[in-house]
Amino acid sequence: MSSPALEIGALAAARNVVARDLLLAFRRPGDWLQPLAFFVIVTMLFPLALNSEPSVLRTIAPGALWVALLLASVLALDFLYREDGHDGTLEQFALSGQPFAVLLLAKTATHWLLTGLPLAIVGPLAAVSLGAPGGSMPGVLGSVLLGSVSLSLLGSIGAGLTLGLRRGGALLSLLLLPLLIPTLIFGARATQLAILGDSAAQPLYLLGALAILSLTLAPLAAATAVRISLE
Amino acid sequence: MLEVKQLHLWRGDRHLLKGVGFALHSGQALQLLWPNGTGKTSLLRCIAGFLYAEEGQVLWDGSPVARTRDAFNCQLAYLGHEPALKGDLTAIENLRYSLGLRHKVNEAQMQAALQTAGLAHLDPQQPVRSFSAGQRKRVALARLSLWRARLWLLDEPAANLDAAGQAVLGATLVQHFANGGSALIATHQPLELPGIDARRWLSPEAAS
Amino acid sequence: MAWTWLHRFGSPPHFYRVAGKLIPWFAWPAAVLIAVGLVWGLVIAPPDALQSDAYRVIYVHVPNAWLSLMAYTVMAVAAGVGLIWRIKVGHAVAVAIAPVGAMFTAVALVTGMLWGEPTWGTWWVWDPRLVFELVLLFFFMGYSALRGAIEDPDRADRASALLAIVGVVNVPLVHYSVVIWRSVHQGSTVFRSGGPAMPASMLWPLLVAALGYTFFFGAILLLRARAEVLNRERSGSWLAQLAED
Repeated sequence: MSSPALEIGALAAARNVVARDLLLAFRRPGDWLQPLAFFVIVTMLFPLALNSEPSVLRTIAPGALWVALLLASVLALDFLYREDGHDGTLEQFALSGQPFAVLLLAKTATHWLLTGLPLAIVGPLAAVSLGAPGGSMPGVLGSVLLGSVSLSLLGSIGAGLTLGLRRGGALLSLLLLPLLIPTLIFGARATQLAILGDSAAQPLYLLGALAILSLTLAPLAAATAVRISLE
Repeated sequence: MLEVKQLHLWRGDRHLLKGVGFALHSGQALQLLWPNGTGKTSLLRCIAGFLYAEEGQVLWDGSPVARTRDAFNCQLAYLGHEPALKGDLTAIENLRYSLGLRHKVNEAQMQAALQTAGLAHLDPQQPVRSFSAGQRKRVALARLSLWRARLWLLDEPAANLDAAGQAVLGATLVQHFANGGSALIATHQPLELPGIDARRWLSPEAAS
Repeated sequence: MAWTWLHRFGSPPHFYRVAGKLIPWFAWPAAVLIAVGLVWGLVIAPPDALQSDAYRVIYVHVPNAWLSLMAYTVMAVAAGVGLIWRIKVGHAVAVAIAPVGAMFTAVALVTGMLWGEPTWGTWWVWDPRLVFELVLLFFFMGYSALRGAIEDPDRADRASALLAIVGVVNVPLVHYSVVIWRSVHQGSTVFRSGGPAMPASMLWPLLVAALGYTFFFGAILLLRARAEVLNRERSGSWLAQLAED
């Protein structure tokens, strides 16, 4: 039910938010490339530190990939709401008369498009650099893509809770990493099976279920978290 | 018409607002000239819905605002300490995206509003990041005039404005009241609002 | 009718009084039951066929594990009451539980490791139940960490309450992890559909110890919550009244 003074519906308002965030990202691409660079660097650290032959690297590839993915995602989530919280834009969202959870979900979706999706695309390439066979790339892509959706959605809750706090970044990691462990477990398992050439159907289904669960519950929790932070 | 009845607000264990009450009709302004730290900003934020009042009621046109939050928010425009402008966007882009959350945007109206705010001479491609604080405030004032809101909640609107800027603020407010709007203004210095029914409320204990 | 009871109980002076009266009713049974349960389990109960005396650690490990889950659930419920109905006593109870729950979790994990070493041959294994119990410890710590990082007390209450509620998903995960996944940790021997699989001579001391720990939890919760309420209501006039009485 839209209020009388609102000329446009929630979906149009969401599109407005997406368009604005994309335009801002286009004008300042540095922010969005950081998590990607971080991911690549961390993935490279493993072969450098372990100095092993390809067969050994291949065994640790799923774990290394997912640890790097998790850390890069938490890094990216730190600035999901930061700017908008700081300059009062989130307050204006809350006052707009549009459903707050929808506007925040639009922000999270755009954020995923700019961070989660590129990480997912680079993931298979990173896996190959860690010794995974070329044929495993589609499977790895699928697992990382599905996992990144849950990571962004669950992460938005943590980002909302730590909005505007001084040591927010470090605290965000402490709060988010336990919450993201199921995604890590299923995702790493799916990637491992893909690398071995087996069917990764079971963990992929679980990842998909997690993604759907996050999509239904996280936006409301994130909206509540941001409201609490705006008090 | 805005009515606030017996509002009690605590921040932590500080009893900040003790039974605050007043009424604000169309065309009226109420200036909160309270000393610092006595709850001006908290009162505005409570009416805007960011803070929770333990006791008391806020009524808009007779119905409690707590029940019709979204509908009330559509009638409301809030200007806080931060003008909610994105530094990387130009003035007109800022207007377009802020207004676009509620209304269909009209380019001509936005240009006219920027002109009234005295910003037409600036390079339209210039990002707001490079504007002075006063110029940014003027963009916020332009936006304020374009939101079709009946109630304005303004927190220190005259801050950062030079004499010309204050004239723009005055003109914007006068136009708003002429259209039947009302405003609750938290301010250090009383604003000069000729021809407007503008009460001054000097301290939370005094009568409003 | 139920709401007035909840709101009355949520009034700080009322809570303070009632909690004070209830404490001895929890503390004494706790002391007796724990003493009886531990002596019975650690000394009197027969040695296990396979593990001989090493199994006796269950009389500390299992009650603490159960209580870590119960403590988290109560904390989440109390925090939820504080968040949704804005009853401040709920937040006070949640704050009171956090360190206690963390302690139960830590004891469960450590005693688990002490048991794992002789029986599995390793101190730790990355097994679902152990991982989720460790995650529970992180959630307790996260609750306190978030609280500490936020200056405004109301925002601190509400933000940590939301975190506690989000984390409650972990509790069924710990319990059912041994059902869902093939786990090194043994399956549920008490809470299962066919009834307990433990011989009565070992089960009874366990239940007595568990009940004792539960009473202990209740007593400590009331004690700490009272102190927290006192701290929050520093400026309340009812305190001066109380001091005079």
